[in-house]
Amino acid sequence: MALAAEDVEAISVLAHQSPQPRGAAIEALRLAQRRRGWVDESDLAKIAGLLAMTAAELDAVATFYNLIFRRPVGRHVLLVCDSVSCWMLGGEAVRARLEAWLGIRLGETTPDGRFTLLPIVCLGACDHAPALMVDEELHGDLDAATLDRLLERYR
Amino acid sequence: MSERPLTRNIRPGEEPPDLAAYVAAGGTAGLRKALGGMSSAAVVAEVTASNLRGRGGAGFPTGKKWGFMPKDDDPRPRYLVANADEMEPGTFKDRLLLEGDPHQLIEGMIIAAYAIGAHAATIFLRAEYSLAARRLTRAIAEARDAGLLGADILGSGFDLDIHLHRSAGRYICGEETALLSALEGGRAIPRAKPPFPAFSGLWGNPTVVNNVETLCNVPHIIQNGAAWFRGLGIGDDAGTKIYGASGRVTRPGAWELPMGTTIRAIVEEHAGGMQDGYELRALLPGGASTDFVPAEKLDTPMDFASMERAGSRLGTGTMIILDQRTCPVAMLRNLEHFFAQESCGWCTPCRDGLPWVERILAAIEAGEGEDGDLDLLAHHVQMLGPGQTFCAHAPGAMEPLRSGLRLFHGDFRRHLDGKRCPWK
Repeated sequence: MALAAEDVEAISVLAHQSPQPRGAAIEALRLAQRRRGWVDESDLAKIAGLLAMTAAELDAVATFYNLIFRRPVGRHVLLVCDSVSCWMLGGEAVRARLEAWLGIRLGETTPDGRFTLLPIVCLGACDHAPALMVDEELHGDLDAATLDRLLERYR
Repeated sequence: MSERPLTRNIRPGEEPPDLAAYVAAGGTAGLRKALGGMSSAAVVAEVTASNLRGRGGAGFPTGKKWGFMPKDDDPRPRYLVANADEMEPGTFKDRLLLEGDPHQLIEGMIIAAYAIGAHAATIFLRAEYSLAARRLTRAIAEARDAGLLGADILGSGFDLDIHLHRSAGRYICGEETALLSALEGGRAIPRAKPPFPAFSGLWGNPTVVNNVETLCNVPHIIQNGAAWFRGLGIGDDAGTKIYGASGRVTRPGAWELPMGTTIRAIVEEHAGGMQDGYELRALLPGGASTDFVPAEKLDTPMDFASMERAGSRLGTGTMIILDQRTCPVAMLRNLEHFFAQESCGWCTPCRDGLPWVERILAAIEAGEGEDGDLDLLAHHVQMLGPGQTFCAHAPGAMEPLRSGLRLFHGDFRRHLDGKRCPWK
């Protein structure tokens, strides 16, 4: 779904509160992404206009951050930690099991558009390694059994 | 049982205290004392006397940082930023504070803002901490409704509001000047220092950036005094520290302990020692960007000076433990993959050097290393070290590599000579 009127209003308020409108850039991109799952050209141009930036300037910002998506993603984004503590405790096995279950590799989206699988840096859940996030939800202490139970919810 | 001021209200797995529960447990006493009669200079003086040092990794004295703010006749607006961009691999201590007791951070921020004369404050929260975001949002609203934020806080005439900024994810945002670039809606590129943020920070205005754990200490220092705080530490450093351990220990976790607790006490008593079949070989004491400490140095106190004497740094105080069943070359490859990916790309040595390091390590791990590779890696340690790059990112990345090349030299040789990874 494209940027709604209420989003435009919210972005305008944020831009107004900031000493310069562009201070709202990241929050605006996050808002747009909440609607569509990613930021498309039309969202980008519209937000840039609200923030007195060019679309190219805003794209330079958008492409810098790990979690602003400039390409379509699935309805659920699975972020599997590939940093050191998870790696030591079986993170690669978690990734392999996810790839097998979904039938895709890291960086890909399932053909039905339900899931995107991406690597993520340390999630700050090293005491529950290996860990992954599904959308906004953190899951830790993963092994084959807990991972299968989690995936069962999405079958 | 020693005192645990930072985590006394924290019950993992349960909802954090709401404002009423926080106050009932003694919360806001420090705030009431600060705003009820202390001058801002007196607050800075108390924190300076407490010997509180930054808990984000660099360990800069907090009172001194606050003291760098311009004098009162500087008319520019001032800002306080809580650095909650906890993205150092192996680090999960601020999460505990953010999720477990959000009002403690808010109280610390109000006192800190009062001390430096800021009327606007921001919590810069990493993207993935969604539970912390929900709890902080609720706590900020509660504080506002109770008159702890907004105009004329507690009748003191001091005004402050706190804004929660959820980042969009990038390790470099934890670097304080890159963080400011991000808050200004740009790519998170670090800035040259000087000028330091205290003189020219957010939007060119005087700004203090403090770590979450640092700020959470402030209410307790004001309430109980600098001498009390200094007395909490075992050695030269003051206060408590939230230490953590991950890897093949029996009970990975984070614990608030007296500053200066030994590595051995943390690993053996609190983390329950190593799991059956695993031996501790070495550890990164304070996140991915600290030098390895070998098993022979387990009796080192985890304080700033002792860790430097042991050839490393306290860093974030959350240790990553290498066991004998994990290939150290592969571990270094994993670490340098992280640093290469998270380089902001601004300066050439970091942008080009880190991926090169990662490729060399991957080749050695795969049994495709060449004779000159160890020299080439050592060369990178020099060329990406302190003073060679724009910020501390690449030098941080070189810390585990520098010590790893030395400590695991034999393992590197076995990969090179045997043309395979002995762990596979």
